[in-house]
Amino acid sequence: MSAKVFIVDGARTPFLKARDEPGPFSAADLAVAATRALLARQPFDAEDIDQVILGCVIAAPDEANIARIVGLRVGTGFAVPAYTVQRNCASGLQAVASAYDDIRAGRAHLVLAGGTEAMSRAPIQWNIAMSRWLARLYRAKTPTRRLRALADFRLGHLRPVFSLLLGLRDPVVSLSMGQTAEIVAHRFHIGRLAQDSYALQSHQRATASQADGLLRDEVEPLYGSRADSYGQDDGVRPDTDLEKLGRLKPVFDRPFGSVTSGNSSQVTDGAAVVLLASEAMVRHHHLPVLAEIVDHAWAGVDPAQMGLGPVHATAKLLRAHKLGIGDLRHVELNEAFSAQVLACQAAFASQAYAREELGLDAPLGAIDPARLNPHGGAVALGHPVGATGARLVLHLARSLRDEPGALGLATLCIGGGQGGAMLIRGGGAS
Amino acid sequence: MTGKSWTISEQDDILELVLDVPGRRHNVLSSEVLGDLDQALADLEMRSARGVLIRSGKPEGFVVGADVHEFRRILDAARAAELTRAGQKVLERLSRLPYPSVAVIHGPCLGGGLELALACSYRVACDDERTSLALPEVKLGIHPGFGGTVRLPALIGALPALSLMLGGRAVSGRRARSLGLVDACVPERHLDAAARALVRDVPPKACPSWRQAWAGAPFLRPYLGAFMQWRLKAKVDCRQYPAPCRIASLWARQAPFETEALSCAEMLVTPASRHLVHLFEVAEDLKRRAREHVHGIRRVHVVGAGVMGADIAAWAALKGFHVSLQDRAPEVLARAIKRAHGLFAERLKGRAAEAARDRLMPDMRGGALSRADLVIEAIVEDRDAKRALFAQIEAQVAERTIIATNTSSLPLDELAVGLAVPGRLVGLHFFNPVAKMPLIEVIGGTATAPATLAAMRSLAVSLDRLPVDVKSSPGFLVNRALMPYLLEAVTLVEEGVALADIDDAATDFGMPMGPIALADTVGLDVCLAVAQTLGAALDMPVPALLARKVEAGALGKKSGQGFYSYPRPRRFSLRRRSPPDSAISERLIMRLVNEAARCLRLSIVADADMVDIGLVYGTGFAPFRGGPLGYAAALGAAEVRARLLELTQRHGLRFTPDDAWSQGDLLARRSANL
Repeated sequence: MSAKVFIVDGARTPFLKARDEPGPFSAADLAVAATRALLARQPFDAEDIDQVILGCVIAAPDEANIARIVGLRVGTGFAVPAYTVQRNCASGLQAVASAYDDIRAGRAHLVLAGGTEAMSRAPIQWNIAMSRWLARLYRAKTPTRRLRALADFRLGHLRPVFSLLLGLRDPVVSLSMGQTAEIVAHRFHIGRLAQDSYALQSHQRATASQADGLLRDEVEPLYGSRADSYGQDDGVRPDTDLEKLGRLKPVFDRPFGSVTSGNSSQVTDGAAVVLLASEAMVRHHHLPVLAEIVDHAWAGVDPAQMGLGPVHATAKLLRAHKLGIGDLRHVELNEAFSAQVLACQAAFASQAYAREELGLDAPLGAIDPARLNPHGGAVALGHPVGATGARLVLHLARSLRDEPGALGLATLCIGGGQGGAMLIRGGGAS
Repeated sequence: MTGKSWTISEQDDILELVLDVPGRRHNVLSSEVLGDLDQALADLEMRSARGVLIRSGKPEGFVVGADVHEFRRILDAARAAELTRAGQKVLERLSRLPYPSVAVIHGPCLGGGLELALACSYRVACDDERTSLALPEVKLGIHPGFGGTVRLPALIGALPALSLMLGGRAVSGRRARSLGLVDACVPERHLDAAARALVRDVPPKACPSWRQAWAGAPFLRPYLGAFMQWRLKAKVDCRQYPAPCRIASLWARQAPFETEALSCAEMLVTPASRHLVHLFEVAEDLKRRAREHVHGIRRVHVVGAGVMGADIAAWAALKGFHVSLQDRAPEVLARAIKRAHGLFAERLKGRAAEAARDRLMPDMRGGALSRADLVIEAIVEDRDAKRALFAQIEAQVAERTIIATNTSSLPLDELAVGLAVPGRLVGLHFFNPVAKMPLIEVIGGTATAPATLAAMRSLAVSLDRLPVDVKSSPGFLVNRALMPYLLEAVTLVEEGVALADIDDAATDFGMPMGPIALADTVGLDVCLAVAQTLGAALDMPVPALLARKVEAGALGKKSGQGFYSYPRPRRFSLRRRSPPDSAISERLIMRLVNEAARCLRLSIVADADMVDIGLVYGTGFAPFRGGPLGYAAALGAAEVRARLLELTQRHGLRFTPDDAWSQGDLLARRSANL
């Protein structure tokens, strides 16, 4: 009998839309801001944590093993180990899953897990030709050799490498993430209007939940050094409509595609962290419980159709627990692209897909749209890749806090052709 | 095998001379320690070795200077000169050892300690935050007397040397390396190797680079010296503080060791130095006693992010506390964070600044309150608002949590009403600007627990601030004593005295800023509010002019118009300004002194030293006069009383001498030589 694992609290920063220049906070700054606020209200000290695990996809060069940096900056002390996980878009979910595994195995009792990403600060690098040229130049010892090395310089050496663009491109199938969305849209006949309508709904739901304060408790405002403060996710557009969305041009498959910047998730900076505790630790510190983590599952799919990953991971997880889609009270399925969410829905509903791809006799059935991302998703809130998985878990856990026993699912598609899913049960199930 | 303080050992043909003054946390060069050094040197001279390393056996640091406590016992210049000469002789002997000597410096290396290091052939300093080198003698009204004024300019050049000695400021090991003050600055792990390398390699001794050396040319010195004196006079009054001017003139005259010794001795017995040394000792003693209590505070929660709250939070974070700052308005918090980050950037570098930013958490919802060890309230000066806040705070915090209020006007006992644990409420009165003002008034109400007060005194020292215990009463100490002085200045304006004449008279007396300029800086509205509260409580008349100014919207510097207009045009006239009028300063200062004595008589403050510490550190009251009561003691209580009576006759009852002046024993607490 393995130990139970509880989500006891969590916090995140506002998600800040990248605005074509490095944002005000580094990935470590973001994670520190969310974490210190979270820890300040706990009855235990930062030193009492057993482990820090953070997801981060494109860390800055000075943020190697960012989890350790964050741990030390928030005062865990030297003795608390920390590691960083990288599973592309699901890095934040992987961090929570790893924390869950550690606690379940009895190796830890109190783990800080989450993810952080400053996409606006993704490094711009010299290309490899420039690196070679510089190496030759530095090696040249005599003036003549140095001159000769200098003469080898070509303008092409100055062409920068945008690590963000490379990160959002699958190197194996040579497709950008947006193109994989185009592929699944084409496969399931999801037109432009359907995508734009879904995007509009995401913005409307996010606007409503911001107004209702549903997101307020999970968001800790950020403060910069220039008297700047950020209270809420700033990518949400309360004023958008189908006409405005319809005017946008496709960005990935020009000119005939249907995936636009309006119906895709936003490039965003943000961090989200949760505290996981064993049953013993919950009792020891009298911690309030948001939810219990039941299990997680991972699946691989064709990288060119990575957007369908959630279908496979979810099917695996539900089968393992003998559950149906209808048993889920609340599903957070990351909105990497509207097309991809709708393709998942179509795949869930498809008899052929169930039989041929999932090896099921009958389809699982589509998720009730009212229970799917009911408070908006990444299209409106943004998708700081390393952080999103943790945000989904955090929001799901907070939403189910007052529904003891209700089941919820957080699932993401993962660049490179994977899907991840986590099942949680609301309230203090102990 | 020598005197108690010094031990000699030998390793690989290199000697080590280690100083560890018994019974003290820091090494000081008392005459006894110097005598022991003389003996040790006699021993060293007999030995043959490649060199000697001189280091401290104290983990805290090298040497913090001469024994200030000894200064008190020196009554005349002749005796003082004996001491300085003796010290010089020992260091001279050190500099003449038959083999190279290296001072191995970690932690503070100050005053006489640095002069000791200067007498060595070489110096190596530790590259860490604790290591600092300085000749801070001017702060005690004296100048280096163990050869520092001769050796330092010869080592690093005249201009940097004079700047170090005149300012008395400390430099880091790295800065000392770039100045040429030390031959190497390395991490602690290489300190020994660096020192031994110097003994082995015997490089040429350091000397100023050509860029610095020119200023030392003998024919230039008189002119440069005169220039220095002229520059100095713009900053300090040589009658008030003779030591800096003396340093410049010693250098200009190429004064030898002997002249330095005599001059330093002369400085030691000036009243200015007596007062400065006394204040220094009182302050050090105050800090030492405060530190005896372990406050155990790590987390500080500040409520109210206005200027005071924000600056207190920033300062506490700078000093290593984990601070959460709460306010209802995010814009207010954002401005507070900006100010704080500015402070951190100014005082700290790189990772240390980042760590300070991480320690200061804006906390709109007050999530951190439940774990705070100390809550500081800095919201509006409204009794009911504060009481309501205290009730909220008390419901959330732990049993041991202390609640402090930064109120400057509300009686603590009124605020304590309704508290379940009234013993935890205390006043922490910071002064504006928090980062510059080195004083905190620790305000105790009737219910305040002694442990709470002790914790706050200790906390103040952790914040690098001097804690003065003050009983809760209108205006506490500093504002109460300062207000009559400011109001008298306004009365003088009403009488038609020129603004500049008032301010000049005060600065000539030794105040850091004239009262009119001070009122404008503080803000006339603030002054008026405090004056009215105090005036009502203490029966102190408030000149009508102040209210008229505020009504007219002239609020001081912040509104661009107060008594002066801002920005103030630079006063530049060929006309010789009229000499400062001592009748004006007499009126200003006597009111302050009279009120200060009243505070003492009413036991608002424990003793006269604390009154002086409070007013010197809280208002900058002429330190070389020893504070208001030090000044009064020099005049004599009877004389002060007589002067006040005369002022009463001429100017009115506000000068009525306080009963304190007739109670001789109240004021007669100072050592006889002051």
